[in-house]
Amino acid sequence: MTVSPLAAWTDRLAALAPALDVTEVPFRSQLTVRVSDPDAIAAMGDALGVRFPAVPCTFSAGTGEFGAVEVLWLGPDEFLVTASPDLQVTIEEVLRGALQDVRGSVVDTSAQRTTVVLQGPRARDVLAHGCSVDLHPASAPRGTCVQTLLARTGIVLQVNDDGYTILVRSSFAEYFAAWLADAATEYLAVP
Amino acid sequence: MQLIPCPWCGPREEAEFHYGGQAHVAYPEDPSALSDEEWAQYVFFRENPSGPFAERWSHSAGCRRWFNAVRDTRTHDLLAVYRVGEPMPEVTA
Repeated sequence: MTVSPLAAWTDRLAALAPALDVTEVPFRSQLTVRVSDPDAIAAMGDALGVRFPAVPCTFSAGTGEFGAVEVLWLGPDEFLVTASPDLQVTIEEVLRGALQDVRGSVVDTSAQRTTVVLQGPRARDVLAHGCSVDLHPASAPRGTCVQTLLARTGIVLQVNDDGYTILVRSSFAEYFAAWLADAATEYLAVP
Repeated sequence: MQLIPCPWCGPREEAEFHYGGQAHVAYPEDPSALSDEEWAQYVFFRENPSGPFAERWSHSAGCRRWFNAVRDTRTHDLLAVYRVGEPMPEVTA
C-alpha cells in the first residue's frame, strides 16, 4: 500500500481548524516540461486543453481530455503540468507527441512533490510567518504561482480564489507540516 | 534582508539567490594556445573594483535562472539587473 508523505500528520493538521484548513492532496500527476519553442508550447496547450501561461510567476487552469489540469510557470522555458492521480503516463505520451521533433523534454516528476491545500481565515497570516513574498491580493492575485522559500524549504505556491495550493518536496513534507502546526499555534482558539 | 530584483520573478529575498562571481568573463577562443600564465589569468584573476561591478547571480530558490547584476561594492546597492545575453546597461553610481 502506498502511503502519502503526510499520512501521519492528518490528525495534527486537522487540529488547526478553523483558523487553518490544511488538506493534503497526495499522488497528483506532475510533469516537468522544458520547452522554449512557442509553436510547441501552443501545441502542448491544445493537447491538454489548457493554454500554457505566458506571464512569469502565474499558472493557468482548465478542463480538457484529462479533467482539471493546471500548468504552472516555473521558468522562461520550464513548466509544471499537474493533474489528477494516475494520469502521468498518458499525459507524458500526449505531451511528447505534441512536442514532436522540437528540442525539449517531458519528465514525470509526480513523486517529487506532494500537494497541500491551505485555506481558512488565517492562511495568509500563517504563511507570512515564513514566506517573504507579499501575498496580499493586490500584489498576488488569483493565478499567481511563485517558487520561493517557506521557512527555508523550497515550495511552489499557487494563489487560488479561496486559498493557496502549496507543492512541497516529499522529503520536506513532514518538516513543512511541523512548521505549519507551530506557526499556526497563535491562531488556535484557546480550549 | 536585502531584496534582489530577479529579472523574471521580481524582488525576492537575498537568501533565495546564489552568487556567481564576475560577469562577462569570456571563455578563451583557443584554450590550448594559452600559456600557463594566461590560463591562470582567465581562471583565477578577477576585477575587484570599488564601485559598480557586473556580476552573475542565480535565483536558485526561485526560477533557477542565471542573470547579471551591476552592484555597487561600496553600498551593496543593485544598480541594474539584466538577463543573460543582454548587454550591460549604463549605470550611474
